[in-house]
Amino acid sequence: MSKLSIEGVGRVFPGVRGGKPVTALQPTTLAVAPNDFITVLGPSGCGKSTLLRIVAGLDHPTSGRVLLDGRAVTRPGPDRGMVFQSYTLFPWLTVAENIAFGLEEKRVARPEQARIVAEYVEKVGLRGFEHHYPKQLSGGMQQRTAIARALANDPEILLLDEPFGALDNQTRGLMQELLLGIWEREQKTVMFVTHDIEEAIFLASRVIVMSARPGRIKADIKVDLPHPRHYTVKTSPEFSALKARLTEEIRVEAVLAAAEH
Amino acid sequence: MRPLEPVSPWLRIVLGIAFFVVFVAAWSFATFGGFVSKTFLADPLTMVNDGWTLIAKFGFMTDIGMTIWRVVGGFVLAALVAVPLGILMGAYKPVEAFFEPFVSFARYLPASAFIPLLILWAGIGELQKLLVIFIGSVFQIVLMVAVAVGSTRRDLVEAAYTLGARDAGIVRRVMMPANAPEIAEILRLVLGWAWTYVIVAELIGSSSGIGHMIVDSQSLLATGQIIFGIIVIGLIGLVSDFLFKAVNRTLFPWKFA
Repeated sequence: MSKLSIEGVGRVFPGVRGGKPVTALQPTTLAVAPNDFITVLGPSGCGKSTLLRIVAGLDHPTSGRVLLDGRAVTRPGPDRGMVFQSYTLFPWLTVAENIAFGLEEKRVARPEQARIVAEYVEKVGLRGFEHHYPKQLSGGMQQRTAIARALANDPEILLLDEPFGALDNQTRGLMQELLLGIWEREQKTVMFVTHDIEEAIFLASRVIVMSARPGRIKADIKVDLPHPRHYTVKTSPEFSALKARLTEEIRVEAVLAAAEH
Repeated sequence: MRPLEPVSPWLRIVLGIAFFVVFVAAWSFATFGGFVSKTFLADPLTMVNDGWTLIAKFGFMTDIGMTIWRVVGGFVLAALVAVPLGILMGAYKPVEAFFEPFVSFARYLPASAFIPLLILWAGIGELQKLLVIFIGSVFQIVLMVAVAVGSTRRDLVEAAYTLGARDAGIVRRVMMPANAPEIAEILRLVLGWAWTYVIVAELIGSSSGIGHMIVDSQSLLATGQIIFGIIVIGLIGLVSDFLFKAVNRTLFPWKFA
């Protein structure tokens, strides 16, 4: 049975000031297997973030439904952890308090909270920064904390919306390795939205390519690169072949999207 | 001097004091130089002398105490009502739709114009003074807090939802702490306005307080006392501002870290 099933989910935004309604996402069907790492790749405006927000329960589909473990998603909940592109750590809480936010909401006992927080601080390599405020951290450290905060809640699925989009190239590469390392050890179902082709291939066991305006799934490509993946895989012939193929798929879409403006 | 170039802390203090010196020098020049009649404007020395007499012989410290108690009392009452209401209005749009038009209207009602009415209702006792401050402050605080809370970053609210927070948790664990520094700032600002209301309230139908002393001095042409009273208000304002800022810094280290 699939962990997450997206059944004919579409989203139409009503027209602004008498304008025509905008179809952000055409009815889309997608099934995600347990412990799979899928990346959703597409140019901006292809509805990939809309799709992720609907899975998170932060937006409502105009058609279709989302099932997680067979239960319909109607609102956001701790079973779907989310990491956003913008820095969304709570600025008034320290790193440790941020990571404990969901645990506190679940009324987990304090000693247990401390144990879990310490575990995830260690996993994302932030030991020594537990009592720092977000303002005192670099962008990469903030996103590592955000990942730890989402994972500490032990969600059924981890949703990431271009989480490394605002980071510089070197930091982004390190963050990808960190996230992939955690996934390889922990086995979690992950849905990761990005417009970066290399990132999509490196992380995923399956890449969903989306087309723009209106957004729909264009291709569903399996990535058979072996695990554990080392960053050097990015220079292998298999990786290059996949990259060439995806670049072509995305390019056609980007050209179409650009022509519309 | 270039735009936005910072000054050193030392120079900042020196420059800040320098203007006070310039101000007093200009005042001394006008009065000691005989350019302004003593009847209309007392010189700085007379002012200090009059002030000392006020404190030593006429129990002016009691007046100062009364005025502070009125400002703080009326202001705390207003804050107790206005801050929770403002938070509710900022968080829940139907509550805002219900109160906002009336509060926006009431905000423009001049608190001082209520004084005659309040004297009829509450007499010339302390209650009337507190009510003037209350009316002058409460609507301002409500609106400003509502705007602050209403503009809480949406992505922080969404992040809290995905971490399992429910609606009450969003208000308590996101909207309130996120805006606490801004609410403190609003209170600091409105407290400054409350000082103008209290003096107006004391000018009419009062037998104590700084405002009362100022009206009394007017009939005696004691401009030194009037100026002393005004300067005392300024100094108290400066001190309370300083205290507010210091407290904010310790309460919200994340903002200043």
